[in-house]
Amino acid sequence: MAKVLMLGRLRDVAGWRERTLDAPPATLSALRALLSAEDPALGEALAGKGVQAAVNKALVRADAAIAPGDEIAFLPPMSGG
Amino acid sequence: MTVRVQAEPFDAGALLSAFSADRKQAGGIVSFTGLAREATDGSTVATLELDAYPGFTEPAIAAMEAEARARFPVQDLLVVHRYGPIQPGEAIVFVAAAAEHRRAAFEAADFLMDYLKTRAPFWKKETGPDGERWIEPRPSDYDDVKRWS
Repeated sequence: MAKVLMLGRLRDVAGWRERTLDAPPATLSALRALLSAEDPALGEALAGKGVQAAVNKALVRADAAIAPGDEIAFLPPMSGG
Repeated sequence: MTVRVQAEPFDAGALLSAFSADRKQAGGIVSFTGLAREATDGSTVATLELDAYPGFTEPAIAAMEAEARARFPVQDLLVVHRYGPIQPGEAIVFVAAAAEHRRAAFEAADFLMDYLKTRAPFWKKETGPDGERWIEPRPSDYDDVKRWS
């Protein structure tokens, strides 16, 4: 089981903020492919400029392994202040 | 050194008074308060909503504060940042820096705001009569943060 989170505008594109996957793929790239196959518009948004991913609240730069119990978040460009 | 991420509104004046109390070693304090505007780029804004990522947003801001401490000789820093729905005129962010000499306090506050604008894990959505739109940093915000690299 793994938790997937969509932050910011990705939440609106996906239509959900948080989802639990009973059988998560083994890698971040496979997860992106799975989400994209289910929802091409979301896949396009995830591939958009500046979208980053975090595994267990740590940013990952390239592909990453996903283990059961992990939390994966997709983060559009950030803006505070 | 304190970072607070909260949904509740705050009183910037009260924060500054509390931060300034009993500072016999400081030569100066600089503070900045960021407000939600009623209109941006000609569009009226009824509500600004900030999405945060609990457990991720706070450590990221704490890391920025640590970076500011490493770069500038400040005695103390405070960052308070709201999330959730924010009405026009309400404060979104408050930054204060205390230092022996003013330059460090000005620069630390300036640095923190430039970093918060482009790297703090928040996502902003404006809602108004024209609908909703997500706000991302402007090119000028990225130019501002480059001043520190």
